[in-house]
Amino acid sequence: MAEKKLGQQTVKFNNPPSIISTASIAGIKEGEGPLRDYYDMVLKDDLFGEESWEKAESKLSRETVLLSLSKANLTPDKIDYLFAGDLLNQIISSSFSARELKIPFFGLYGACSTMTESLSMASMVIDGGYADYAVATTSSHFCSAERQYRFPLEYGTQRPPTAQWTVTGSGAAVLAKNGNGPYVKFVTTGRVMDFGVKDANNMGAAMVPAAADTILRHFKDTGLSPKDYDLIATGDLGELGGELIKDVVAKEGYDMGSKYTDCGIEVYDTEKQIDVNAGGSGCGCSAITFCGYIYDQLVKKNLGRVLLVSTGALLSPTSSLQGESIPGIAHAVTIEMG
Amino acid sequence: MCLIGQILMDKTKLTPARILVSFVTAGVILGALGIYEPIYKYGKAGASVPLPGFGYALAKGAIKDVEKYGLIGAFTGGLKATAAGVSAAIFFGYIMALVSKPRTKK
Amino acid sequence: MEKKAEKNISNDFSKMVNEKNPESTLLKDCILAFVIGGLICDVGQFFMNLFLSYGVSNDDIGYYVAAIMVFLGAFLTGIGVYDDIAKYAGAGTVVPITGFANSIVAPAMEFKNEGYVFGIGGKMFVIAGPVLVYGVSSSVIVGLIYYFLMR
Repeated sequence: MAEKKLGQQTVKFNNPPSIISTASIAGIKEGEGPLRDYYDMVLKDDLFGEESWEKAESKLSRETVLLSLSKANLTPDKIDYLFAGDLLNQIISSSFSARELKIPFFGLYGACSTMTESLSMASMVIDGGYADYAVATTSSHFCSAERQYRFPLEYGTQRPPTAQWTVTGSGAAVLAKNGNGPYVKFVTTGRVMDFGVKDANNMGAAMVPAAADTILRHFKDTGLSPKDYDLIATGDLGELGGELIKDVVAKEGYDMGSKYTDCGIEVYDTEKQIDVNAGGSGCGCSAITFCGYIYDQLVKKNLGRVLLVSTGALLSPTSSLQGESIPGIAHAVTIEMG
Repeated sequence: MCLIGQILMDKTKLTPARILVSFVTAGVILGALGIYEPIYKYGKAGASVPLPGFGYALAKGAIKDVEKYGLIGAFTGGLKATAAGVSAAIFFGYIMALVSKPRTKK
Repeated sequence: MEKKAEKNISNDFSKMVNEKNPESTLLKDCILAFVIGGLICDVGQFFMNLFLSYGVSNDDIGYYVAAIMVFLGAFLTGIGVYDDIAKYAGAGTVVPITGFANSIVAPAMEFKNEGYVFGIGGKMFVIAGPVLVYGVSSSVIVGLIYYFLMR
């Protein structure tokens, strides 16, 4: 077996890369949410001074990376690799952001799982000895996602209660070979799972099988269990998916109980904020929650060990129209201070 | 009318576009069978403003033109009867697109 | 997940999803749809009476009402209000002809950034197109049937 592999799907880092800084920029609605004090910046205008939502998202991605670098006292030319992805067709937000940043760039597509996908890749590249510094980032924008996946903004529709609200925001993490932590300890790479959910308004449920598969695989590969963690956070399963996954994982003998949360539930106040319905979704959901709140808590040592499991729904408008069900993916990353 | 639409929207997974299509087609069929006429007489704008009314106008127009012009009427009547609504929608749609921008949802 | 566990979960999964699926608030939605849809038709009736009192003939009245309602729908969409009403009204704002206008204006505005020809021009009928296709096609069929049966 490969030297650094652990079990079937997990990688254990011999020299755990350190996340030396993070940055998060959030949209207006997210800035009204419960985690607002943890974001580096909250937009006053969802267009971010640009002409289109796509340009705004690309600027969001670029500014977040630059902010994370300046917080680590680094410049783009010091960075060996940029791992980035987003939801838009041909991941234009990320590649157009990379066009300005001039950092060697790997474009990723993992839908909303991109935060942990990019963290996984960045960590492996550093531990493998191919880089001193790497940046992992992703972004999403409610308006650009809405027009690509659903309806024009001004079109009058009702959102069913299971629908989730795409987070406007971007998070970036700078990983380094040497640093004072928190460290990326394990990476469990997910498999694409599909149990036949077809309702694009119920993506949380569609991603549960993938998230459950990855979490269970992670526990089996590492021998860890929920009690070894202070927090187990999935990306954007929402309220419905959050309930489901607790049940599914508990059935296999792992009770996550109060250790479990979902970034999509944390990012909004689903009681008070109208129309977010079942919670947040999108690449930005786990990105701003991790780069804002969770990272802060790790640095302050309020959290010791965290399992971040970003979840992605790998559908496209075309596949939905052709009657395909929604495949899901989830990648888990263990981050700890110790 | 809207009540039926809402039940369809909540209870089935039909998208609004599909509901619109079925409503208009239903209007055409009801119009052709002569069932919509009494509803229209009774409901006035209540029956002409919703989309089945649009379908009714299409069917009525087609029938009227067939009576007047023969076979070609089947092709001219429907659109002729609804020309005002469709042209207005295109024209005002274009104007609105010129003068305003979509806003982010709150 | 082991093969067996995977199969177990996949068997139970759709049942679990349905159990957790919250009901749409059907009754409240229906009342709102009924009231707001009704109000829109009332506005239509108001204009109908208005035009009738100005001596517009009974045959032409439909055109006037359709045009003015379409304008209202387009205008409310343009100033960004229609989608806010629709959030509560649901089908109440979808089914009236104002909803037809909304479905044309919204994409036209949205895709302005993609240019005046392929953006506004091309995307205008993204949602309303099928309505015209099926509406007009079925009216042609009705006309044809009428021609062959009645002649």
